[in-house]
Amino acid sequence: MSFVLVQVIVGGLLLGAVYALFSSGLTLVWGMMNIVNFAHGDFVMLGMYVAYVVYTLMGGGPLLGAPLATLVLATLGVVVYFALIRDIMKGPMLAQILGTFGLALLLRYSVFWWFGANFLSMPQNIVGGTFAVAGLRIEASRLLAGVVALLVTLGLHLLLTRTSLGSRMLAVAEDATAAQLMGIRPDTMQAIAWAIAAGATGLAGALIANFFYIVPTVGETLGIVAFVTVSLGGFGSVPGALVAGLLIGVIESLSGYLIGAIYKDIIVYVLFLFFLWFRPQGLMGKM
Amino acid sequence: MTLKHISGLLCAAAMSFGLASGAQAQDKVVKIGAILPMSGGTASIGAHAKAALEVAMDIINNAHPELGNLPLAKNAGLAGLGGARIEVVFADNQGNPATGQNQALRLITEDKVAAVFGSYQSGVTLTSSAIAEKYGIPFLNSESVAANLTERGFKWFFRTTPIATDFAKIYTDFLADMKATGAKTDAIALVHDNTEYGTSVANTISTAFKDKGQPIALDVAYPVNATDVQGQVLQLKDKKPDVIIMISYTSDAILFAKTMQSLDYKPAILLADDAGYSDPSFIKAVGKISQGVFNRSSWAVGPSGSPSAIIADMYKKKSGEEMDDTVGRQMQGFFVLADAIDRAGSTDPAKIQAALKATDLKPEQLMMGYRGVKFDDKGQNVLASGLIIQLQDGENYVSVWPKANAEKAPMLPYRGW
Repeated sequence: MSFVLVQVIVGGLLLGAVYALFSSGLTLVWGMMNIVNFAHGDFVMLGMYVAYVVYTLMGGGPLLGAPLATLVLATLGVVVYFALIRDIMKGPMLAQILGTFGLALLLRYSVFWWFGANFLSMPQNIVGGTFAVAGLRIEASRLLAGVVALLVTLGLHLLLTRTSLGSRMLAVAEDATAAQLMGIRPDTMQAIAWAIAAGATGLAGALIANFFYIVPTVGETLGIVAFVTVSLGGFGSVPGALVAGLLIGVIESLSGYLIGAIYKDIIVYVLFLFFLWFRPQGLMGKM
Repeated sequence: MTLKHISGLLCAAAMSFGLASGAQAQDKVVKIGAILPMSGGTASIGAHAKAALEVAMDIINNAHPELGNLPLAKNAGLAGLGGARIEVVFADNQGNPATGQNQALRLITEDKVAAVFGSYQSGVTLTSSAIAEKYGIPFLNSESVAANLTERGFKWFFRTTPIATDFAKIYTDFLADMKATGAKTDAIALVHDNTEYGTSVANTISTAFKDKGQPIALDVAYPVNATDVQGQVLQLKDKKPDVIIMISYTSDAILFAKTMQSLDYKPAILLADDAGYSDPSFIKAVGKISQGVFNRSSWAVGPSGSPSAIIADMYKKKSGEEMDDTVGRQMQGFFVLADAIDRAGSTDPAKIQAALKATDLKPEQLMMGYRGVKFDDKGQNVLASGLIIQLQDGENYVSVWPKANAEKAPMLPYRGW
């Protein structure tokens, strides 16, 4: 295997980990309450702007941006849940789609109005630049995002499977009425799920901001990838999103390098559709 | 009863008064529709263009004797239409050809604009101008460079900007000059997105080099608004071309700059085809890691106190940004359109079309560095021209070629970061 090919695969894995990172929140919300959050990409965007503001305007270090973005987005998640989601959940599917889509536009153009349409970028190399391992070039900011992706996935998985909070959340997801009879408040559990999902998404945004451009419409570009990752991994499955993210990252990189970038989406989506044909629930989703 | 009558009469009087004054105001206003990307991935361009057109409106609608020979600056409004004011109706094309087409239809049929101006992306200009052609409304394009736009046999389409074929010639001449000074320019790679702009400009450049006996060595196409370009940069790193010509909008241009740095790849010569590389937010975001990138331009700010410097100041006050080539070409195009309407002395489409055809502006009447404005039968400005600029310090472009217009000598090789 040629040396460049190894670099391509390593790049693909890091890219995939990032895809997984910003998809985990989307899959969690789906798993908990069967809602497809079309504002997801714009949550990532908000995370990026929080990190940018913390770093450039408030003079906070790069390490402050990520936790702050998590906190801000988690709060926003709770607000969004009580102000919007709780009500549209009772409505038809179309209301959910349009409701979260409206939220996406509201967020996007609020940022647009406040920051303008200009592309922004974090100051260079605030997270260690690039280092070479055995000739392979690895960007510290991408590696950090990749490691955090693994930790977040593991954390969410443990939370859902090993803690009493997780059990209560899953109970609500399974049957809200029955859970309520057992003394669990569905409202609280779902609000917590939104806080966790939005917080993880904000964290993802803050980490991606270190190596991607920042612009109000960036959610459009990233949102689609998140949807594909989540449906390949299985709607609702957090580990599934990780595996799917890595898979898509590597396939994209390899096909982009070997065959040509304009064909890489064709290859990813053909494989994707082919796979769903055999396994419509996704890699790790439940039927 | 009487009260009812009186109030009825008053109402009628008020209405007719309102109508009359409305009609009068309408006589004094010439509406021009502007289709621009106000949202979507290139929204920064639309925001800059809007500020530029507002400055242009200010110059046309108010007296600005300090701007010398610039047509319409001296007195307030359009003299040919009894001092009528120009009003721009802005429409958002979202960077989407279908939306651009709908907006053209709306501007023409509902807003009843006298002419349409736009639409930045070549792909959007392609569709929106087809609507204007169908309705027989003049369409002025100032910034789309895909060569085929003026090859459609349209009668109502006029374009002021230099186009892909002009720039392809500039690039071949420039690189020949660089070769003469000892730079290696044998293997050329084209990197472009898959939009109308990216593919058609790449084709034109590729043909131009082939005609010179130097076929393009590597063609790297990628989907617009990419999430990742590592594969493409590694492809380039692998094949090691001497020269890379980048044909990219802002988002991808920024991503390429960042990825080239992280993968530690620099070609000897990096030459950009305007678009994203002229966006001030590109320079702010990644200018410092793109030092030495060449770019094309028709804009030079000129000595202080000159009309172009005064306009640049006005624009900076309005937008907070430095004037760049794209907004410069847009303002210039808008002035050409307004000048034609002024000479037409009417908002009748056929008269404006005739006036556009008769346009003959001299270099001293322009804010851009064109050799003039004069349209051929296809509607293309045959006197459009440009030069090569370079981002030597990572903050400001300076003109470097041709020698006659150069502020500084070209800096080689590409420095990057």
